[in-house]
Formats: sequence, structure tokens, C-alpha cells
Amino acid sequence: MNDNRPDPDALLQSLRREEERVLKGKLKIFFGMCAGVGKTYDMLKAAHEAKGKGIDVVIGYVETHKRMETEELLGGLEIIPRRQLEYRGTILEEMDLDAVLARKPQLALVDELAHTTVPGSRHTKRHMDVVELLDNGIDVYTTLNVQHLESRADTVAQITGSTMRETVPDSIFEQADSVEIIDIPPDELLRRFAEGKVYTSERSQQAIRNFFRKGNLTALREMALRLTAERVDHQLRSYMTTQRITGPWKSGQRFVVGISPSPYSASLIRWARRLAYTMDATWVAVSVEPSTPLGEKAKDQLAKNIKLARELGAEIATTADDDVAHALIHVARQQNASQILVGKPDKIPWFGKDVLEKLIEESAGLDVYVVSGDEDSSREKTKWLRLPEIESGWKQYATAVGTVLAVALLCYPLNPVIGYQTVSLILLFAVTVLPLKLGAGPVLLGAATSALVWDYFFIPPRFTFAINLAQDVLMFGSYFVIAAVGGILSARIRARERAVKTREERASALYSLTKDLAAAGSLDDVAGIAVEKIRKYFDAEVAVFLGQTDGDIFTSAHLSSSMKVDEKEFNVAAWVYWNEKRAGRLTDTLPSATATYYPLSGPRYPLGVIGVRTRGNRKLSFDQEILLENFVSQIASTVEREQLNEISKRTVLLAESERLYKTLFDSISHELRTPIAAIMSASETINNDAVFAAETKKELAGEIHVAAERLNRLVENLLDMTRLESGLIQPKLDWCDIHDLINTTVRKMKKELSRHSVVVDSSSEIPLVKIDFALMEQALANLFLNASQYTPPGSEILVKAHHDGNECVIAISDNGPGLPPELKDKIFEKFYRLPGSMAGGTGLGLSIARGFVEAHKGSIKAERRVEGGTRFTIRLPVEPHAGKEGMV
Amino acid sequence: MANGPSILVIDDEPQIRRLLQLTFEANGYKVVQASSGEEGLLRATMDRPELVILDLGLPDADGIDILQKLRKTVKTPVVILSVRNAEQDIIQSLENGADDYVTKPFRTGELIARVRAALRHRDAEPVEPVFSIGTLEVDLDARTVKKKGDLLKLTATEYSLLALFVRNAGRVLTHRYILEQVWGPVHAEETHYSRVYVAQLRKKLEDDPSNPKLILTESGIGYRLVAE
Repeated sequence: MNDNRPDPDALLQSLRREEERVLKGKLKIFFGMCAGVGKTYDMLKAAHEAKGKGIDVVIGYVETHKRMETEELLGGLEIIPRRQLEYRGTILEEMDLDAVLARKPQLALVDELAHTTVPGSRHTKRHMDVVELLDNGIDVYTTLNVQHLESRADTVAQITGSTMRETVPDSIFEQADSVEIIDIPPDELLRRFAEGKVYTSERSQQAIRNFFRKGNLTALREMALRLTAERVDHQLRSYMTTQRITGPWKSGQRFVVGISPSPYSASLIRWARRLAYTMDATWVAVSVEPSTPLGEKAKDQLAKNIKLARELGAEIATTADDDVAHALIHVARQQNASQILVGKPDKIPWFGKDVLEKLIEESAGLDVYVVSGDEDSSREKTKWLRLPEIESGWKQYATAVGTVLAVALLCYPLNPVIGYQTVSLILLFAVTVLPLKLGAGPVLLGAATSALVWDYFFIPPRFTFAINLAQDVLMFGSYFVIAAVGGILSARIRARERAVKTREERASALYSLTKDLAAAGSLDDVAGIAVEKIRKYFDAEVAVFLGQTDGDIFTSAHLSSSMKVDEKEFNVAAWVYWNEKRAGRLTDTLPSATATYYPLSGPRYPLGVIGVRTRGNRKLSFDQEILLENFVSQIASTVEREQLNEISKRTVLLAESERLYKTLFDSISHELRTPIAAIMSASETINNDAVFAAETKKELAGEIHVAAERLNRLVENLLDMTRLESGLIQPKLDWCDIHDLINTTVRKMKKELSRHSVVVDSSSEIPLVKIDFALMEQALANLFLNASQYTPPGSEILVKAHHDGNECVIAISDNGPGLPPELKDKIFEKFYRLPGSMAGGTGLGLSIARGFVEAHKGSIKAERRVEGGTRFTIRLPVEPHAGKEGMV
Repeated sequence: MANGPSILVIDDEPQIRRLLQLTFEANGYKVVQASSGEEGLLRATMDRPELVILDLGLPDADGIDILQKLRKTVKTPVVILSVRNAEQDIIQSLENGADDYVTKPFRTGELIARVRAALRHRDAEPVEPVFSIGTLEVDLDARTVKKKGDLLKLTATEYSLLALFVRNAGRVLTHRYILEQVWGPVHAEETHYSRVYVAQLRKKLEDDPSNPKLILTESGIGYRLVAE
């Protein structure tokens, strides 16, 4: 076996990417080390070239910074007017995304990819606008500086000392179809600055001083060139994958990165991203949640880190474990990763093994990389307080102090009786009880207060903090330590309990959702459950939008939705549906919406959208956000399951109808051709010149008649069947006399039943019932015909009807050979005929009879009679007519 | 050429027209053909046939429209001959003035009998006072009903129902028509009246009420008193 064979998954992925690219627009980035290298200028020149080739080019947004040469190039290019947005009193201009989409050019120029858009725009970042243009099949030329790349932001900050706020995810840069580097030597650039070609003079002086130092520029230039080279390298590898050129590549590399709420993690993540890119590996960012809950700030930071990792292309995994090392190894094994990346801990613990040691010890077969945090990004150093942070408002502190004082007050009169040592036990008890309600801080304060109160009011000499006896000093000291340690320990236990509880709640919420979804039998059920569960666990109003079978989104929210959606909101939902990205409130896209919309994404096409509006527009906590994501993905997979179900049902139906068609074809062609053959041959014989006896002629004419009748019956049956299957059968209920029905049918079937003896037992009184006379006559006629065909001539056919309250029962029995019991249901199937049936039947009669009876909401069954023969029983639910009253 | 009653056949199928021509001429009728509704209307006023056989599915117009137009100009009896066999088509035709309705495929004998009944009904206006069939004798003037010579006792409603049948012997009467004529237009929907009274009449008139030979049920449409 050749080890260098391309990995099939990678191949498939590159094919898929290729496919997507056919539909999507192509992105070309004019990439430079910093402002002023001439990106916009080159982009405009390229646009003119494209236009010269007959390509439909428009300018979506170009910033010339009033540079002469650049402005001149604008001439001759169509400019889509910018959209004007008012923000805090000033009018700001932005690319009019919708206008560009509506204009649908082949190529749009959109300057400054890293730009943050004016609030009120659809997306918060321009690169998102660009992605939308590409998704709509429009090619885009854009410009970008190296310092704006997300993964380089740290390094740039290190080099230049200024932090980049406007960044672009690296994925955009990587997925660009082409990157053209615009490079000029730093000296040349500085000369341009000096000539005032780049910025207006006052600004340029400051800019040069702060940023455009030669050292900086050289470093940035190197970075830009290296990035471009890396890209080329990457492309080469991907080219070799698709073209099956054997080469020195390693495929299927995968590593996990442990991320924490520490700001260090951000640089670790960027580092990981660079590693992944150069290694051509996939990576998973793992957040290990400890049992002690995180503080709000830590949660926010963690959420930011996760977001960053996701933007940089990581898969995200969260797991709960107090043992970080164990959790990381577990995830790494589970995810089939070969390396683990962790940040270098800033402190070495006093005792016990640290995470790193454990990782290295337990990670047999895995490589462990330890990356140090950058000095620069550690500006916000957080203290790793091991105390559980529970929100401790001033009320909690007051309660702690109050409780201690109250207990002390109670003890005060008892002091002479029980002695101050006993008082200390009572106070200690109070302090140990505090954590039941309070956090660690207040408990500590309570412990301290109790110690001081005890000292001041109880330990002799009273009303001073002085302590006389040595054992009292010892006792006071140990009291303080016991109170503090006891309080903190119980606070910690409680916090842990709380964390376990939230996790349990989360698990049970997810379990309850999964359980209900598993039981859902239709898309409507799924939507109902989704709305109900999200409403219950997130205290939110919910709207569900599902995709239609033709792929379009339903134009209104699903009926079970609890959130009202106006047209504006619906447009957000529709955007989410088509783009399969979340949008709305608290996101970067269409943040002015009143709810957040999550896509229900399927592997091949969008499935739907869920809109969630929390009560009072509360922001979901980090935990809840993750839970909601789990909910949404769970719901999406159920929706997909149901849709596939429906499709497979349709397929089964199709296969069934194909089978039927075949049977129909075989049966009909035989049944049609036989009588036609008879008619043709008989009529031809009559016409023949040979002289026949009048007798023979009559016989031949009789044959023609029999054949015609057979044909007629077949056609009637087919028409009835068609009527039944088209669902057009609507019984016209009218008062009927059942005996009249039976008699009329028997009279009409006289000819067919001539070789049998028909006995109608009309002895029982039956009131008038509401049925469709003609339909029931047809059903009965088919049963008679069936009896006549499947019993030998001379057999007896007995018809008996009776009525019992709310059911009218008609039984047709014969004393023929009897029906094989195992076929009692089969015979009602379309085109089914008993083996050895005589010629002339279509196999439709009983099926039609059943259809007509069922149209009356009745039932029909066949059984072998004990005394021999077959009995068909029709049961019709009927509401009998009261009687003759009211009749004149 | 026979010189019996003339019949106009309005049907777009040449084969059916030819067949009807052969059949009716063999039975002593004269036959005029029309292949469309317009032509049929023209022939009906120009040639003054004594009976019209009309197909409902005509290429240029709906048969019911032609029937209505016919009814506005001439009183010629009309027998519908159609492949449409849904009850509402039949009832609609009868209520729009058709004398009878025969569905395709049809038995020639049956069609001739219906045509004959329709013609007789036209000829016999006013109806002869004494009607007899088999052992039954109804005297509309004397308001008496005899079976095998014995006088039968009928209630007033039973008698008016029977009298209606007798006056329209051989023709299909829809439930609605029967109810309007006997009980009045207010009761036109109360089909259980006619069901119950027909059952009673059969008990009194028929030899074997469970195998009626006189008053036949036309499923989903109404009843017919056999004429011969």
C-alpha cells in the first residue's frame, strides 16, 4: 500500500471547496504591509484591466484618501452610491450592500477589508459584507494590510506598540482565490510620506512618528512577504492533494488546544492557528470547565476566547472536569488528535502536581507543546483567586454581620450562665451556617466579625480587645482560624454543589429535549417541542421557521411559535436561513433586530431558523449560550431526520406506486386485450362471406356482447379506483332503506347472479339510515360479483342486514370453498387475486368495495365461516332516523 | 324510409350516430343527425323532430346548456344519452327538463324502451284516467286502486304518491320532484318521506315487496314506475 496516497477525506473536501467556488464569487486581495503602499491604486488599475476585458465592474466602496493618482483612476468606473447612515448625529457613509447585490455586477471593488461598519449596517464588519457578495456569486477585489490579520494582531502589537482593533479572520485571507502582494521598499514608502502622498501633512507627521518607523515597516514587510509565501506553499500542497502528486505532506494532523478564561489564552489561540496553518492541520479548542463556577468576568473572557478560536477556524469542544490535564488528554484521544497545546502556567503551585506535569506524565503517545504567554497580551493580569467567586452584594455582607451580631446579642444575657467559651461555640455554629445562604466574602467577614465580637464583648476583660489569659489568646486565635476555614470550606462545597446542580440541570434540560425530540413524529411536533423547551429553559419567546420542500423558507413562522414576527424580523430570519449564520440581536450581523436568530443547518442545505427573544431582552449567560447552541444543533438534527423521513416516505410511496403501475400494466393489458380480441374476432367472423346459420351468428353476437360487458366492467372498476385514489369520493349521505339497497342491487345483478341462488333475509326491522345509496350499491355489487366468481354455480349467497343502535351490519355469505384465513386481508389489496382465480376478474372489485365502505367511515372484513364458505361483513356507523314523526 | 316518429340525435361521435340511426330506422323511426350543439338546436327548430336524443359532452357547448336552450323553444321530449354517470349529472338533466337519462354504454333495447315511454308520455297528455299494469289498476278519476280486482286502501299521501307515479309512468322521477309534488316545495330535501312511503306503497302493491317489480329504485336519483 502506498502511504502517500491522498487522504480521501481531504480530497473530497477540496473537491467540495472547488464546487462551492464555482457558485461563489472569487475574492482577490491586494495585500500590503501597511497603508500607503498603493493597494487601492493597484486595485483600481486591475479593475480597469478587467473592464477592458468586458467584465462588468462596479465600485462598491473605494477610499482614495484624496490621493491624486488614485482619484484619477476612478474615472470610467461605475460607482454604486454609498449608503448614508446617521450615527450619533453625524452622517456616515457606508457601502450600500443591498444596492450592490441588486446591481449584481460580475466584479465589485470593496476597499479596506478590515473596516468596521457604521452601526445600523447589516454586518458589523466589512469583511462580512464581502463574504455575502461572494456568496451571491459576485467577484470582489479588496485591500488588506498585514497588521489587520487576526492571527498577526499580537505580533504587530509587539512590534509597533499599538493594538489593532480592526481585524479580519485569517480564514478570509486563506480562502481568497488570489492574493496580490503590493510591495515597496520601506525607504520608498517613507519618501512618499515625506512628499505627503499618503496622508495629509499634519496627520502624516504624527503617523510616521508613531507607526511608520523604518524598523516597524521592515518587520511588517517581512511579515507580509512571509505570509504570502506561506500561502503559496499552502496552495501548492493543496494543489498536490487534488492532482494526486506525491509529495512530502502529512495529512490528517490534528491537535487540541486547552483554553481557559485567561487573557493569555488569546495569544495561545493565535499561536495555535499559525501552527495549524503551517502544519496543515485541523485543531480543536477545548475549554475545560472546573466544578467551581467562574465569575462573570472570567466567563466573558472565556466566551471571547472561544469566539476567537472559532473565528480562527478551530472546532470547539467544552467539557467539565476539575482535572484539566485529564480532560485535555481525554478530548485529544476522543478527537484523534496527536498533539496537545497548552499555555505555560504563570505560577507553579506550592504543592501537588501542576497541570503540566500531569499532562506530560499521562499523555503517552501524545506530543505536548507548551507555549508561553506574550508579555504584551498579559497587560490585564488576572489574579487566579482560588476562592469561588459568587456574586456577593453588599446585602450579603450586611446579612453576615447582622446574623453574627444578632446571635451575639442573644448570647449576651446568657454569658454569665454558660460562660464565654460556650458562647464561642454558638458563634462558631452561626458562622458555619452562614454559607448556606452566603458567598465566601461575606462568610469571611462574618467569621472576622464574630471573632472580634467574641473578643470584645465576651472574653474577659470585656469591652476591650485585650485578652488576659494565654489560653484565651490561643483560643481566640484558633477560633478565628476555625471560623474562617470552616466558613470558606463550606462556601466552597456549596459552590461546588451549585455548579454540579447547574450542570445537572443543563444535562437534564438537554436530556428532556432529546427525549421529546426522539418521540416527535412530524416536523410540526419538532417545531412545537423546540418552542416549548426553549421557552421553558431560557425564559424566551421563540419563533421557528422551517424550510419548504422546494428549499425556500416558509414565509411565515411555524404556527407553534410563541414570538410574533414582523416583516423586518422575518427578513433577518430569511438572511440567517440563506446564509446559515446566526444574526440579530447581540451578534455582528443585523444587530438591530429584536431577537437572535440561529440557523438550523443541515449537511447539504439549510433546514430552518430559530428566533429567540429572551424576556426583558436579558443577555444569556455563557453557560446558557452553550446550552442553547446544543439545543439548536439537537433540533437541527431532528428536523433533518424528519425531513429525511418525509423524503423516504415519499420514496417508499413512489416505489409502491411503481410496483402498482407494473401490476396495473400487466393486469390491465391482459384484461383489456382479451375482450378486445374476442370482439374483433367474433365481429370479423360474422362479416365473413361464409354463410352461417342464424344460430351461429347469434352466438357470435352474444360473445361480442359478453366481451363488451367485461370491458365495461373493467373500465368501471378502473374509474372507481381512480376516483377513490384521487380522494374525490365524498359520500352524499341521504336517508336510505337498507332493504331497498340490497334488493335493488340484487335486481341489477340478476344476470351475473343467474347461476347462483341468492337469498335475501329482510326479516329484521332497520330504520332509515344516512348513506350514499349509489356508492353502497356499487360496494355490494362488487361483493356479489366476487361471490359469484369464487363459488361454483348453484352455490347459495345469503344476504342479511341488521342494525344495532349505531351500526348497520350487512353480511354476504356463501357456501363456497371458503377463503384461506391467511389471505383475509390480502384479498382487499389492489390487483390481488386468489391463486387459481378464474379469468375475467381485475382484482379491483374488493378493493373498491373497501374504499367505498371506508368512505362511509365503515369497515369491511372477510372470514371463513365455521360452517364452510366465506362471509363478508360490512359495518357502517350510522345515525338512524328517528321514525315517522313529522311526516305529513 | 320509415315514416314513424322522427328522432334527432345530437352526438359528436359519428359511430354512435350511425349506430343509433341503424337501430332506430330498423325499429321504424326516422332519424336526423346533428354533430354539435349549435347544429342540434338549429335542427330541433327547423326539422321539428318528435324526440331528441342528446349527448352531454358536446364539443361546442355543455349538453345541459343545449338542453336549457331547447326547453326554451320547443317542447320536444329529450332523452339524454351520456357517458356521464354521476348522479348529480343525471339529476341536473332531469331537473332541467330532460325526460329520461340513459348512460353509455347502453343496451339498445333499453334505449328504445325509454324513447318509446317518453313519446307515449308526450302523446298521452292528458293522461288516460285508467292505468293498469299486471294485476294493478289505478283509476285517477275515481281515485281507486285495485290489485287483482280487490280494492286497496291507501292513505291520502300514499295515493297522491302513486298518482304521481302513474301520471309519469315509465319515467324517472327524482326525489326532489316527488317531494315537491307530493309534500310541497318546503319538504324538497326530506328524502326520508319518499323512502318511507315508497316502502309502504310497495308493501301494498307488490307481490313480493322485497323484490319490487312495479316501483323501481334508481340508485341515487329517485324512482320509476314501470310502464309496460
